[in-house]
Amino acid sequence: MNGALLFDPLFAGPFFTGLVYAVLLPLLGTWLRLRDEWLAALAFAQTAAAGSLLALSAGWPLAVGGLAAAALAALLKHLFEGAARGAQGAAYAMLLLLGWGLSVLLVANQPLAERMGQALFDGQLYFTDRSHLLSALVFAAALLPLLRVLSPRLLQAHFFPDFLRARGRSGARIHLVFDLAVAVALALATMSLGVMGAFALVFVPPLAAFGWAGSWRQGLLLSVAHGVGAYLAAFALALLFDQPFAPLLALLLVASGAASVVARRILRSDGGRKSR
Amino acid sequence: MSGGADSAVRQTVLLRTEALCAGYAQPVFGPLSLTLARGEIVGLAGPNGAGKSTLLAALCGGARVFSGRIVRAPGLRLSLQQQQLPAGEGIPLSGRELLALTGAGADGLPEWLRPCLAERLDRLSGGQAQFLALWACLQAPADAVLLDEPTNNLDPAGIAFLAGALRRRAQSGAGLLVVSHDERFMASVCDRQVAL
Repeated sequence: MNGALLFDPLFAGPFFTGLVYAVLLPLLGTWLRLRDEWLAALAFAQTAAAGSLLALSAGWPLAVGGLAAAALAALLKHLFEGAARGAQGAAYAMLLLLGWGLSVLLVANQPLAERMGQALFDGQLYFTDRSHLLSALVFAAALLPLLRVLSPRLLQAHFFPDFLRARGRSGARIHLVFDLAVAVALALATMSLGVMGAFALVFVPPLAAFGWAGSWRQGLLLSVAHGVGAYLAAFALALLFDQPFAPLLALLLVASGAASVVARRILRSDGGRKSR
Repeated sequence: MSGGADSAVRQTVLLRTEALCAGYAQPVFGPLSLTLARGEIVGLAGPNGAGKSTLLAALCGGARVFSGRIVRAPGLRLSLQQQQLPAGEGIPLSGRELLALTGAGADGLPEWLRPCLAERLDRLSGGQAQFLALWACLQAPADAVLLDEPTNNLDPAGIAFLAGALRRRAQSGAGLLVVSHDERFMASVCDRQVAL
């Protein structure tokens, strides 16, 4: 165990890159959970990984392939916007399988893709450079004001779809903009945190936060706090014990998320018994 | 409001349908001609399947117009309360945040509902959540308010309070179009009724 590694300037860039996504992904996850579309996030991440590998094979920049594939997945998802919940879920699962199938085939047949594929699936946070941090910061600067505008509209579209339509606004257009934002976030995050690391940050914090929060605002804050807390712990533990970062992050999120759900259930049943 | 001012307000037609036939895959109702003016409460009556909810949807652009037309006053702001409660199970949205989504204020809310503003929507009773969602649409900044079965899930006290709130909203200058199967409620609150 080497505690000095935590303060090594070599890891400052990767730390802040991951920290940006530890804030953004749980935030986006809250609206995905609102819409019960968390599976779409995994599909976007997997498709982005496949796009990056395709770009690598074609000699293009990885980010271009990842972003283009994720945006294409968001547009495909948009086609299922009006479909029944079951059909939507099926569409996300198909996208997920498409991304996975393409990725594995590329990894198996392209010598260059094999190493990169491993990095994309497992995460390569400690090997990110200044360009990753810069793209994360630029994206955050664009996303946060956009979310401020989108948030009330996404909530309106969920709780008052007819009211929204009566005001002449299109719920489908609002959802498309949001989906594109999620696709870009996951494409960028996948290149640092890996497919499952990024997905874990989208999925688990809102799941735990929604049980405790008394309001939407609290839900956002708790979700971000959970994501950042798990990220800090995973970053430190991975460095101290020389372990891969993304699996540690996913395990910490799952452990804390499950503990949160169990604690919530115990407290609720205890409260119910006392009130009887 | 004086009688003269009241009649002047009522002369402003907010919404008009002319021989309107609307539906989804095929026409559900029509031809129907009706008007909704500022300050009046118009009831829409008819058996199940007559097309009352479809008419409200058509007025908001949510159903297909097969023939006839809908004329809206320039710059008209519509508010539509849907029959079904918002899907809020497991979502941490407070009553206050729900009202904020439509721009509705909490002034005038009944005392028994005030504590619900700080509660999550999915931890309220069906009647409390229904009344808050209804209030959000009724008190939204709007010229015309369309209400679909607003008395659903409400107890007699809630229905009585709602009747008063509708009258106050109409007196403030809004036009209200109300669909309900509750004949007593409709007779007590509507200025006139249209049968579909």
